[in-house]
Amino acid sequence: MKKGWREVPIGGICWVSSTEYKTGTWKTYAPRIDYEKCTNCGFCWFYCPDGAIRWNGEEKPKVDYDYCKGCGICAHECPAKAITMELEVK
Amino acid sequence: MNQKVIGLSGDEAVAYAVKQCNVDVVAAYPITPQTIIVERIADYVNDGEVDLEYIPVESEHSAMSACIGAAAAGARAFTATAANGLALMHEVVYIASSLRLPIVMAIVNRALSGPICIHCDHSDTMAERDSSWIQLYVEDAQEAYDTVIQAFRIAEDPSVLLPVMVNLDGFIVSHTLQDVSVLPDEVVSEFVGKRQVASIDVAGKTVPMMLHPDNPLTFGPLDLFDYYFEHKRQQEEAIKAARDVIKRVNEEYYKISGRRYGDGMVDSYRMDDADIAVVGLGSTMGTVKEVVDEERSRGLKVGAIRIRSFRPFPVDQLLEELSRVKVVGVLDRSGAYGAPGAPVYNEIRSLLYDLDKRPAVLGYIYGIGGRDMPPELVKSVIRDLENALEKPPETKVEFIGVRE
Amino acid sequence: MIFEVRWHGRGGQGCWTASTVLALAALSEGKSVQSFPEFGPERMGAPVQAFTRISDKKIRMHCNIYRPNAVVVLDPTLLGRSVVEGLVEGGALVVNTKSTPSQVKSSLGIHGVKVWTVDASRIALEVLGREITNTPMIGALVKATGVVKIDSVISAVKERFPGELGEKNATVVRRAYDETVGE
Repeated sequence: MKKGWREVPIGGICWVSSTEYKTGTWKTYAPRIDYEKCTNCGFCWFYCPDGAIRWNGEEKPKVDYDYCKGCGICAHECPAKAITMELEVK
Repeated sequence: MNQKVIGLSGDEAVAYAVKQCNVDVVAAYPITPQTIIVERIADYVNDGEVDLEYIPVESEHSAMSACIGAAAAGARAFTATAANGLALMHEVVYIASSLRLPIVMAIVNRALSGPICIHCDHSDTMAERDSSWIQLYVEDAQEAYDTVIQAFRIAEDPSVLLPVMVNLDGFIVSHTLQDVSVLPDEVVSEFVGKRQVASIDVAGKTVPMMLHPDNPLTFGPLDLFDYYFEHKRQQEEAIKAARDVIKRVNEEYYKISGRRYGDGMVDSYRMDDADIAVVGLGSTMGTVKEVVDEERSRGLKVGAIRIRSFRPFPVDQLLEELSRVKVVGVLDRSGAYGAPGAPVYNEIRSLLYDLDKRPAVLGYIYGIGGRDMPPELVKSVIRDLENALEKPPETKVEFIGVRE
Repeated sequence: MIFEVRWHGRGGQGCWTASTVLALAALSEGKSVQSFPEFGPERMGAPVQAFTRISDKKIRMHCNIYRPNAVVVLDPTLLGRSVVEGLVEGGALVVNTKSTPSQVKSSLGIHGVKVWTVDASRIALEVLGREITNTPMIGALVKATGVVKIDSVISAVKERFPGELGEKNATVVRRAYDETVGE
């Protein structure tokens, strides 16, 4: 049973940081990086609207699947065509 | 009381109060007849007379959005607008109140376009009347000054936590210079204090209700049929609680200034033995009080009730006062096209339905688009109400001062 | 008792400033005041009006002025029958003109009001070097009606225009006060 209006925190405020919301569960297609083709250019890191590509500039980028919503922008922008979008199997 | 009397227009009086209220952020966009407020605050900032962050924004939508961000971060935020600016802001007006952010906004009442008109009526704020903002309507520049100061206390009260609109009549109050008694800076500063951020219980701990890295909270997440209704239900409770707070702040302000406005909710004038009551909002009610004096001197038992707080609506006070009269005339400075009457009339007529002995309620729509309301027109209303003492009409909602 | 003044001038001549300085002078004497312009868009040179209310009691009236106790005309070219519209019986018409009061009366064909005249344009030109007639006409109005003390006006003028400009305007007010004649 959910709480009544007297108990619910006011203002629609959520009691956790937004980092706790694993928006990665929303995706239908997931990006896969082919590290043979990846040139480590960092375009995917720049373009990702959710900051879901982890990259330190030295090692090749990794997708943070907890937050990746599967928009496909990284795959579209990758100059080396190293990223493909694959249907998620849950 | 150590107050000085200076000449200020209504807009200048608002800016003067803002300067004294320890405001952290002002984000605003100029629009006639509010412009002077924004210009004066900008002057104060430029001249180093006030320490606040002034954000010149590109629209009213952005002005309110910036205030929301600032208030969510714990700042005391103020903005001001009018008419079409408020309409452009509409979307975020609702977000401010639903996020329970105690923002104060001065509205210089102006007719909504179209046709385009810069003069006073209340159509702009009536379009926001159900936004869960507190709406206080003032009579003159003095009250505009006093009410801005009170508004921060009301908005930030832990039992309320809702934004407040302070509404002053465009040009009639905003651009009219009058004698305004102003309090010393330190007295106002002490009265409003620094903004105290409310606490909120979340997940078993009590944290400040603000954006802060130490206690991450999310403001404005998706809220569907599972919780949205509960949050709206809370807003009704908060705005109801504002009634007592408005009254209390009115009294506390009286102690530092010697000025109060009725009980804070309504400003009743010569109502004790009245048979006839004239009810309305804003500056017109000053003119009505003058006419009441004149009518009283010829023996007519007439009084005036100025509704100061339209939201929350002064239910108890009006029931008490109006149950004792025979005829009520309601003055509305906005229409509710297609409704039985105009906004104030509709509320009052509905409110009185449960009384065993109901007074006749007559509605008068006046002053649309800044059309003047001279004493003669007020007198014609009172003549009409006097006639209704003998023979009340079934229903009557009339446009007055319009050319036939 | 409310004293109401209507000011006639042209956009840019300082009609509202005149109204406001008069209000501030009255305020300094402990009066309740209102000063407001004719509401609406303004253009340089277009006929404009401004209004002053002065009262011993707090002013609650919030509407236009229809029955002024005094009318002040800043610009001689605006002098016509319309400027006396609504002027109360026995009220004062105060005009910037080279004409005498009786000439103004007969040219307008008006009775029952007192007319006061002063060549404010000349005074302004001589002292300020510009034909700004708002401050001299405050002096003229005070001579005609005594609604406030002339010293209150001079203090208010000096406060409004600091420095040399204030001194010059004070001179203008005083000279206009002295030179205004009525009948």
